[in-house]
Amino acid sequence: MRHYISEGVGRRMMSLAQKMGAVSLMIKSLIVWSFRAKPETREIVKQSVRIGVDSLSVTILTSFFTGMVLALQMGYTSKYLFNEPLYIGTMVAFSLVKELAPVLTSIVVAGRVGASVTAEIGTMKVTEQIDALYTLGTNPTRYLLIPRYAAFLITIPLLTVFADFMGIFGGFLVSNIKFSVPSSVYWNDIFTFMEIKNFMHGFVKTFAFAFMIVTVSCYKGLTCEEGAEGVGKATTESVVTSMVLVMVLDYFISAALVAVGLI
Amino acid sequence: MIEIKNLTKIYSGRKVLDDACISINSGEIFSVIGPSGCGKSTLLKCIVRLIKPESGRILVDGKNVVDIDDEFELAKIRKDFGYLFQGGALFDSLTVMENITFGLKYLTDIPKSEYPRIAREKLALVGLEKAENIKPAELSGGMKKRAALARAIAAEPKYILYDEPTTGLDPITSDMILGLISDMAAKLKITSIIVTHDIKLAFTISNRIAMLDKGNFEISGTPEELRRSSSPVFKKFTDDALSSDVQGRRHDLEVKHKQY
Repeated sequence: MRHYISEGVGRRMMSLAQKMGAVSLMIKSLIVWSFRAKPETREIVKQSVRIGVDSLSVTILTSFFTGMVLALQMGYTSKYLFNEPLYIGTMVAFSLVKELAPVLTSIVVAGRVGASVTAEIGTMKVTEQIDALYTLGTNPTRYLLIPRYAAFLITIPLLTVFADFMGIFGGFLVSNIKFSVPSSVYWNDIFTFMEIKNFMHGFVKTFAFAFMIVTVSCYKGLTCEEGAEGVGKATTESVVTSMVLVMVLDYFISAALVAVGLI
Repeated sequence: MIEIKNLTKIYSGRKVLDDACISINSGEIFSVIGPSGCGKSTLLKCIVRLIKPESGRILVDGKNVVDIDDEFELAKIRKDFGYLFQGGALFDSLTVMENITFGLKYLTDIPKSEYPRIAREKLALVGLEKAENIKPAELSGGMKKRAALARAIAAEPKYILYDEPTTGLDPITSDMILGLISDMAAKLKITSIIVTHDIKLAFTISNRIAMLDKGNFEISGTPEELRRSSSPVFKKFTDDALSSDVQGRRHDLEVKHKQY
């Protein structure tokens, strides 16, 4: 029994090590080709527009309602504790800017665009389109990976900034309409306590999330098994892995940022 | 000229190619026949180094491509090759025109303004003049193969590799593709390597044929030499495929090519 368990654990460790090695080689190839060849500007723009268009409406809805629900909860809690709605703006803005906007935007993009990147690259692989890239004088790193990395690293931070504003605006509507907090008080609560470094705390994280999501999406697509079933499986794994890693990464990056004074 | 020497490729412990040796002369139409899964496509992919073999040498005009690992160097070697994939492998997100001109950017120094002219010329060659703005998803199987053929010849390569060019096509479209391959070799003086399990195709248009079995070349020679062969493996594989209509079709093509 013990033998089987240790064999299973060993096999999983080997598989994990192999995957880590393959991802490292993919990133190495990415760095090498970033310097070796001219960037595919047209593809970068195309992918950036695609990510932006695909994710903008969902990002707006998610952050807007998150801001509203935060204001609602904060308003009732402070009314219960202090008999009046205090610091709604501060709490909404801090929660959104530092945590919720980066994490929720990344999860939305992972589900919406990460999945389609995996499915697209996976389909290209099983229909020999990846091989065709080589025979036509280019390669998947240059034509597929670099534009997608660039697009993710540009759009996720931008979408997050958008989500910050929409969420804070949602919170403002609830605090103003539901709890009759004057708009000057709401905005004053935000600008009195919020500093650039608070914003940067959340903003810096989005680059790490973007890098991780695009790495998982591309890797899963490039290594997917043959057939429609293989593509479907890779797509599901890509979304689940990205979402879990966003959460895990969030804790460690937050801890690291706090340690360097970016609270 | 392409020389394959002692080529071995192993997949999951199974030797797909086992010490395989063969030479392909410049300008000829060379077919590799054999049952499905015998390593024909693997052989093609090894030649353009989409796959790295375990051992052996592949000399393309005297240069051993097996030893090259740098993608930049491999890209230079691949400039001499056009590749027709089994399913066409056209890029779904691009139109037929964009598919055909795709390789020109990477494989040639031709100015961009020339791309539409080249694409239209190649499309006319494969009889797809009106398909330039269509996406591959809207094309039939035969049209996809023809568009892919136009893409493969766009940069005017020295060698074209055909992976099962007639698989999945109806007899009329198969015949059309067969005619195109033959015309292409005659007009553009391209060396063609065809892997197929379609015996009729191989015997109709090839200058030489080799049969791949259990990872090695069982037999090779001109169609006439193979017809006279007593190899039991070859006999079993070809069986009743060499019927008289092949002779007729071959004669038609020979007459046509004398006009070029």
